[in-house]
Amino acid sequence: MVLHGLVFAETQSNPLEKETIMKRRLLLILSILLAFTLVAAACGDDDTDAGSGDDSDDADGGSDDAITAAFIYIGEPGDAGWTWAHDQGRQAAEAATGATTLTVENIPETGPDFEQAARDVIAEGADVIFATSFGYMDAMESLAGEFPDVAFEHATGFKSNDTNFGNYFGRIYQARYLTGLVAGEASASGNIGYVAAFPIPEVIRGINAFTLGVRAANPDATVSVNWTSTWFDPAVEGDASQALLDSGADVIAMHQDSTAAGERAEAAGARWVSYNSDMSAFAPEAYLTSAVWDWGPYYTSVIEDVAAGNYSGGASWDGIETGLVGLGSFAADVSDDVKAQIDDLSAQMAAGDFDPFTGPINDQDGNEIIAAGEVPPDFAAEGLSLLGMSVFVEGVIGSAAG
Amino acid sequence: MIFAGITISEAAVIGLFVASIQFATLLYLAALGETIAERAGVLNLGVEGMMAMGAVAGYIGGAASGSPWVGLLVGTAAGAAISVVHAVAAVGLGADQVVSGLALTILGLGLADFIGDDYTDDPRRALFAEVDIPGLSDIKWVGDVLFSASPVTYLAGVLGIVTWFVFNRTSLGLGLRAVGQSASTADAAGHSVVAMRMGAVITGGALAGMSGAYLSTFVVGAWSVGVTAGRGWIAVALVIFGAWRPGRVALGALLFGFTLALQLRLQPFGISFSPILVSMLPYLLTMGVLIVISYRARNQPSPSPAGLGIAYRREER
Repeated sequence: MVLHGLVFAETQSNPLEKETIMKRRLLLILSILLAFTLVAAACGDDDTDAGSGDDSDDADGGSDDAITAAFIYIGEPGDAGWTWAHDQGRQAAEAATGATTLTVENIPETGPDFEQAARDVIAEGADVIFATSFGYMDAMESLAGEFPDVAFEHATGFKSNDTNFGNYFGRIYQARYLTGLVAGEASASGNIGYVAAFPIPEVIRGINAFTLGVRAANPDATVSVNWTSTWFDPAVEGDASQALLDSGADVIAMHQDSTAAGERAEAAGARWVSYNSDMSAFAPEAYLTSAVWDWGPYYTSVIEDVAAGNYSGGASWDGIETGLVGLGSFAADVSDDVKAQIDDLSAQMAAGDFDPFTGPINDQDGNEIIAAGEVPPDFAAEGLSLLGMSVFVEGVIGSAAG
Repeated sequence: MIFAGITISEAAVIGLFVASIQFATLLYLAALGETIAERAGVLNLGVEGMMAMGAVAGYIGGAASGSPWVGLLVGTAAGAAISVVHAVAAVGLGADQVVSGLALTILGLGLADFIGDDYTDDPRRALFAEVDIPGLSDIKWVGDVLFSASPVTYLAGVLGIVTWFVFNRTSLGLGLRAVGQSASTADAAGHSVVAMRMGAVITGGALAGMSGAYLSTFVVGAWSVGVTAGRGWIAVALVIFGAWRPGRVALGALLFGFTLALQLRLQPFGISFSPILVSMLPYLLTMGVLIVISYRARNQPSPSPAGLGIAYRREER
């Protein structure tokens, strides 16, 4: 009671005000509760959505043979891009293996949500978890230690162990090179624009491979890079594309997750190479071709390994030989010559007879960075490597420094 | 054109200003709405959520009808509808305006995500075309930038002038400003504080919804989760930047629009600069201008409405 008296000491003179203050506190508490409810409602659509793969699956994940595979996504399959491609892979793997699949959408890279989502799917009997964004890596690593019987597969990272934690990605640069051939042929001005997210090796590697392809088809063409500092912001992606178009670009390529860059190319009467998936429906006149992912075969093989007890973590970086990366459909005006060249080079890359990064290759300033006949290693502690690529090749206009 | 040895094409320079106007229109509609609410004394931090609702409803309305005007109308109505939550909680019940506004942002974003789930990969488009103002659009450069814009840009300009007129030349505006300065005095003078504040919040919601619909019927042309990307928050900041005046808020929106457009053009112009530092430009500019403004106004009373953020209950005097 003393405390109570202290709290309301200033207002003791007016009993009505005391009551009002209590009413106001109650309202504040109610408002906060409302806010929390709304947060919960907003996050509520990350419901684990059990697929229709196998009806005989039992809740305790015990004795039957059916594998439960969980997919944790950074976005949602409706994005037509990155998450869409992974979800297509999930559906293909579900059909091929009969596994039950669970999906959790819109899990941010930072904060506790990822770990909670992972624990939820483990509680629901997940035998393998695929997580599709870089920022999940450290949480995956610690969960892999805590749950040795669950396989953890992490996309785009660099950590793994040799028992139950693997990382996977694909050599999309091979497809980028091939799309460069198409873009080089389509560009009349030789001025090609590239809307790109962040100056990190994955993106720089893609820009370089694309540029090498462009210049194989059109030796005088250049590729101007416009950094957006965002993976997904359609207004910014569209305007970055517009800026390149205003500066004379007649073909736009991109390393972004929305279709906005291509829709501006469509409006300007220019052409477009899309990424992640075949986005021809969004800009039918501009669309040339696309560098696309097909995760189905990879997800199928991992689920089969887990089912057979053969899973052992490690790193996987497959390319065109497994079909993980490839090209989407072609526009009607892509020439038969270029298509034949793409078929031929695809076969050579699949057989290991050709690599886009075969020297001699110069950097932007004309200094040789890859000697004639050499191919940089996937990874090297020092010097140029594919996974550590941080300089632009000749023909790229822009800065590769962050 | 040559600046400091760098050659930039005329089309690229015009493009810079065209994009500035587009971003400015987007920000101005939402900021104007927030100005109206705040001049009536109600802080509404739900702009981002109302904008998202406007974007999803605008897209669906446009795609379903094939007309961007229908989209703009539906989006505006959706923004107004969801702002009723804040009007009831913060004005009707006197709940904490900050908490209620934040809740509205979360509600709006979540609800828009839920409603728009099936529309993120929908390729249908109902887009505004640029409209040339006869005569004026032929003026070299100025015509391309100012008089060959989307109809929504002209509408935003007209709404800004109307708002200024209502604030400064009508008894409704005088009452609204009185309610924002001192609700009890306005009440004693016979103004209905609750009705005025609710009306201001809902008008603000409509304008934020219109801004979102402009995004999904012109700037981007599509709906996707996160399409508003924090621009509702910039609109809230612009109100302070513009000292709660429709004209100054418009200048702020133009300045902000210009930096947003410029940051994506330095690289195509051939000016090599860290993209990460360039993306800080609008925020550095804001801080700089705020410092200058507050230094120059250091001896003057604060331009913010005196009753801003304070709930009014008649029985509490």
